Amino acid sequence: MTKPLSESVINIKPSGIRKFFDIVSEMEDVISLGVGEPDFDTPWHIRDEGIYALEKGKTFYTSNTGLKELKAQIQNKVYKTRGVDYNPKNEIIVTVGGSEAIDIGLRAIVNKGDEVIIPEPSYVSYVPCTVLSGAKPVIINLRGENEFRLKPEELINAIGKNTKALILPYPNNPTGAIMEKSDLEKISKIIKDNDLYIMSDEIYSELTYKEKHFSIVSLPDMKERTILIDGFSKAYAMTGWRLGYACANKEIIKQMTKIHQFAIMCAPTTSQYAGVEALKNGDKDIEIMRNSYNQRRRYLLDAFKKMNLECFEPYGAFYVFPCIKEFNMTSEEFANRFLEEEHVAAIPGNAFGESGEGYLRISYAYSLDNLKEAMKRLDRFIKKLRG
Amino acid sequence: MREELLSIIEVNSRIGINELSVMLDKSEQEVLDELTNLEKEGIICGYHTLIDWEKTSVEKVNALIEVRVTPQRGQGFDKIAERIYNYPEVRSVYLISGGYDLLVTLEEKSLKEISMFVTDKLSTLESVLSTATHFILKKYKDHGTILDKKQKDEREIVSP
Repeated sequence: MTKPLSESVINIKPSGIRKFFDIVSEMEDVISLGVGEPDFDTPWHIRDEGIYALEKGKTFYTSNTGLKELKAQIQNKVYKTRGVDYNPKNEIIVTVGGSEAIDIGLRAIVNKGDEVIIPEPSYVSYVPCTVLSGAKPVIINLRGENEFRLKPEELINAIGKNTKALILPYPNNPTGAIMEKSDLEKISKIIKDNDLYIMSDEIYSELTYKEKHFSIVSLPDMKERTILIDGFSKAYAMTGWRLGYACANKEIIKQMTKIHQFAIMCAPTTSQYAGVEALKNGDKDIEIMRNSYNQRRRYLLDAFKKMNLECFEPYGAFYVFPCIKEFNMTSEEFANRFLEEEHVAAIPGNAFGESGEGYLRISYAYSLDNLKEAMKRLDRFIKKLRG
Repeated sequence: MREELLSIIEVNSRIGINELSVMLDKSEQEVLDELTNLEKEGIICGYHTLIDWEKTSVEKVNALIEVRVTPQRGQGFDKIAERIYNYPEVRSVYLISGGYDLLVTLEEKSLKEISMFVTDKLSTLESVLSTATHFILKKYKDHGTILDKKQKDEREIVSP
């Protein structure tokens, strides 16, 4: 074949995590702190419903936007957690994980030449999905001294005449940062003044350790301009089921549904039945997992403190984001040496955007024993570097 | 903190006070005081170790015995339960709803010892009407822990 492949795809940079994975997978006996998924198995009663659906032969397509029962449960859940009511008939779509919702949501709202504001460090797919949708990503480099929260002046500086939307990735992967009500109030005013859309990726909404997650859709006039994304992967430890959802006004959902129906058809049926059970009876599981994450979060922060390693206290997701600037190495150098010398894998912060340079993403979705051993090795490694 | 503390030490009673204090965000003294209270109140009744004896060379035989009894006037089942649980070879005694009254678990070195206990001691108690003995062939899960399960992390080593 001599004809060139798609230029826009060729120009996308491969994920920095992929690069790191290739190095890690060559090594044996690695203790990993590098995963972005829960260490719990999906609770048995949820798996059992999935199995039951298979046994019953519930293996056909569902309607494009998802099972009616599931959308009704999503409506309840969102109302309970955000106080906002979405009509399950035309304001909710069930997707293949939150990731699909990011993709089709962006494609549904932008035109060529539009700009999408993306605060970084953040999840790796926002930029490529924006580029593939034909829009131009405009990056805000969030700052460690603000605990990686989005500040109003940062947003104002990024807005231009072509700005169409803001991606709001909180609770945040990789930093663990959250945005509280007072932070969001200032943002929502700017959004309204500039007539922008918001894509609020709240996939970690159930995993916060200070107070309950607060969503921007709960603020006045925000529902109509926001695509709210959430899902089952993090809250119910269901990553492999590939199940998420988006809620938005019916015009947006209508356009998203078109892309979804032609590209995907519907989210996996088995997963949707399991999802109904998760939303109906899974609150207790979330509570248990959240407590456990919180214990490990405190353990890591205490361990960093004892090592004198700088780290702000993150209140969300299951990541801590320590600063390694004192060692005068890039994140990649640090991560590679830590891997080679101590056999511990932690993701270099710059994999999530330039502003992650000088930081390390450490996941605490691991058993306490695992974390203890990793901290022992980190302590040894740091002592060696400090000399 | 009570419930959270209990759920941590229920699966790991060897965890240090220092770690508990960090994980629960309480001072070490507060954790110690709470543990003392829980012991005093009889909520924490002991710190046991879950052992899979099958993996050792020690021979142990476990049995569940269903016991039907005549409850005694004014004392219900308590008196007879006490007579049974006082035998050191008895591991547990539960009062059960349904087809029989007491569920007794036994641990002995051999089948013979168990059958001797049942025939000589248990069946001869005055208020015992009948017994049915079940020997445990294999333990899959005990005290909420799956025995013999390979603890392998199935996840990719790194993921976004």
